[in-house]
Amino acid sequence: MRGNDHENEVWITGVGLVSSLGEGVEAHARILSGEQPCAACVDETTFAPYPVHPLVPLTLSKQIPKNSDQRQMEGWQRLGVYAAGLALEDAQIKGCADLLDRMDLIVAAGSGERDTAVDCKVLEMSGASDSAPLRASEILPSALRPTLFLAQLSNLLAGNISIVHHVTGSSRTFMGEEMAGLSAIDNAFQRIAAGQSEMCLVGGAVNAEREDLLLAYELGHNLWRHSFERIEQRAQRGGGFVPGSVGAFLVLEQRRHAERRSARAYARVTAVGTDRMRRTNVEANPFACVSNLIDETVAGSTGAVFSGASGVAPVTAAEFAFLDELKRRAQIEYVWPYGNILGHAVEAHFPAGIALAALAQHSGRVSRTLLGECPGRFSSVDRIIVTGVGHERGEGVAVIDGIPTRGANGI
Amino acid sequence: MARAHGDHRGRPLVAITGIGVVTCLGHGVRDNWSKLTSGQSGIRPITRFSTEGLKTTIAGTVDGLCDAPYSAADLSAAMAEAAAHEAIAQAAIGESGAFPGRLIVATPPSELEWPHLRALYAAGSGEPEGGYARLLSAARSGTFGDMARHVRFASIAGRLQERFGTRGAPLSVCTACASGATTIQLGAEAIRRGDVGAALCIGTDATVHPEGLIRFSLLSALSTRNHPAECASKPFSKDRDGFVMAEGAGALVLEDYDRARARGVRVLGIVRGCGEKADHYHRTRSEPSGAAIIGAIRKTLDDAGLAPEDIDYINAHGTSTPENDKMEYVSLRSVLGERVSEVPISSNKSMIGHTLIAAGAVEAVFSVMTMQTGTLPPTINYDTPDPELPLDVVANVRRDATVTTMLSNSFGFGGQNVCLALSTEPI
Repeated sequence: MRGNDHENEVWITGVGLVSSLGEGVEAHARILSGEQPCAACVDETTFAPYPVHPLVPLTLSKQIPKNSDQRQMEGWQRLGVYAAGLALEDAQIKGCADLLDRMDLIVAAGSGERDTAVDCKVLEMSGASDSAPLRASEILPSALRPTLFLAQLSNLLAGNISIVHHVTGSSRTFMGEEMAGLSAIDNAFQRIAAGQSEMCLVGGAVNAEREDLLLAYELGHNLWRHSFERIEQRAQRGGGFVPGSVGAFLVLEQRRHAERRSARAYARVTAVGTDRMRRTNVEANPFACVSNLIDETVAGSTGAVFSGASGVAPVTAAEFAFLDELKRRAQIEYVWPYGNILGHAVEAHFPAGIALAALAQHSGRVSRTLLGECPGRFSSVDRIIVTGVGHERGEGVAVIDGIPTRGANGI
Repeated sequence: MARAHGDHRGRPLVAITGIGVVTCLGHGVRDNWSKLTSGQSGIRPITRFSTEGLKTTIAGTVDGLCDAPYSAADLSAAMAEAAAHEAIAQAAIGESGAFPGRLIVATPPSELEWPHLRALYAAGSGEPEGGYARLLSAARSGTFGDMARHVRFASIAGRLQERFGTRGAPLSVCTACASGATTIQLGAEAIRRGDVGAALCIGTDATVHPEGLIRFSLLSALSTRNHPAECASKPFSKDRDGFVMAEGAGALVLEDYDRARARGVRVLGIVRGCGEKADHYHRTRSEPSGAAIIGAIRKTLDDAGLAPEDIDYINAHGTSTPENDKMEYVSLRSVLGERVSEVPISSNKSMIGHTLIAAGAVEAVFSVMTMQTGTLPPTINYDTPDPELPLDVVANVRRDATVTTMLSNSFGFGGQNVCLALSTEPI
């Protein structure tokens, strides 16, 4: 973890968010402020028994103008490239060749997408016999397209962002399910805070509406298999996450750089801490590793927690128990598991939580209806702590503060 | 306290204090180095599965390291463990099972392979719908939980973290075939920031399976010159026709130079600088002028505080594809000028094939050995030089030369270009 000096403060100057609830800053800000009532958008039938949060329909050509580019990608890549474009546009960097040439790209990615139809065809032809490898040799060369392989490569979301949006300063892709998102945000924050980068486009994308993704997580028994319930309610029936299609990208920028180009900032990232504890004792505090950071940052403030809890048991209950204790000690005011409205976006979940926190900081208030408390009233926002607890591995927090008014800083 | 040794920007110097490697040539640095410098090839016909009907039937597989039935995840993890164990032992760092720094690892795609899919398909036979519904029904039974590790990118990093007791959250990174170099870059950056005193940087890849081979074949990236296998990989030759897939792992212990000195460990080399530049031209090809590769090399020299004339030797990416080797030459010429034909260059891939995700780490290990021993490993199969690429290729037999400062290049699909500047210990 690292605090940062004044000049190298890490500011959030662009947000690109696409989810089941809508696209862009305004759609999500209206929900946060309560201007638009929020009902989670869940599809319980297409992949039954697994509910998923389906992506809002997008006009892809708005961010990916060339059809040839769209054809070279699969769903998760199109979603990510779209969200990245929104973030660049929001930060007023889109099309600025000199800035894009210097901008660092950091992506949190998973395994990409398989062609499930090809998989099924091979399995049906070979049955359960040992001839599958042979069938694979016979069928795959004709069934696979080169572009499909490129859809499976983790770093090809970053590659497509470079191609479509020309972000080319550098390009790194982190993996590891939720740890991918934690690592990406942590890497962007640390580099900017240490003066190793001036601005980063950082985020990820998950297409939840995929049988291969569901299979991967059902193998670990990590999915919620019943009608939709809020994350807090799932423990009694074994827990599980409801995947959500989300594209979430942020422009994180060194304060000095942002001020020089007179960029509008939503909020600043004051601290980031990540770890991966051994969960042999699952009842243990999932933030043991970063609790110093939590203690430091919540002390004396009226903080809110945007929890990235997935709903997977028992770690979600352990996180809530820890956060409840902070509430009892009046160190935080409320806890909001934002996966209740977005679904669980695995690699993109932590970046998405930070995006929501940035929007909340910018408006300075969050609807209490959304928080499940006192309908109709607003809660003022001081400091927001975004948590990320992986369904199996990885824990982290980011502290999101408001931008001090310029007068107060004498700027 | 003032730093005893800083670099040209006053940052901590980054020392390499341990190296470990596994390739198709063998296990361990000593075995690999002796074969590599005697021009031996590890490329051979694939025996792991039937290659009937495939255009490419050769690879550089790693055999005899992992007892479990082959899977990319398990073999990649086993190779990474072996390489890391060797590197940590050499660095003699930390208590056993308590590496005092961060783990940064590059791992191959995390996916179910055909034997897994087949087992699920067989177990789900009660499902009337077929297809993925049948696979999901088998997964729901709960009897395949052990299979989840194949589709969790964090599983290899998690296993390594537990084995070596690294600190903090491990990083899993992918920059395609530049990944191994990226782990070193991330480690060096973390040490320069002062976040960590040491980093364990590993690249590993064991993806020689039918689909892995077919995928690269469809991109027309692989050599189809199957006979004799050891002659297929011919970087910088006029008749090169593609790369040869291979498996391997490389591991390096990076350390704050002052700390390494203070604990009296032998410093094997210095990571002088790292640079990267992304290309926006095409998913699998470089911008024809080489702008992004040139940018990566220039950023590396700038980061290292070096001039082009300081480079004594180049460990090339040199995949043996027509495209890569040409672009690598064009870019080097642009940076080095006329000197491009005077600076010796080798491609380890002529003997060990292209270890993909692991390549940058594996080749950094061999780069360290090059500087340590003053022996330049050869580029074998260099019988018909490409007249379009007038380079000083270390042809077919090793060469003795003093190397104090060198460049190691790594490029990958998706416009990834990463270079490392390595040097001997400052005196």
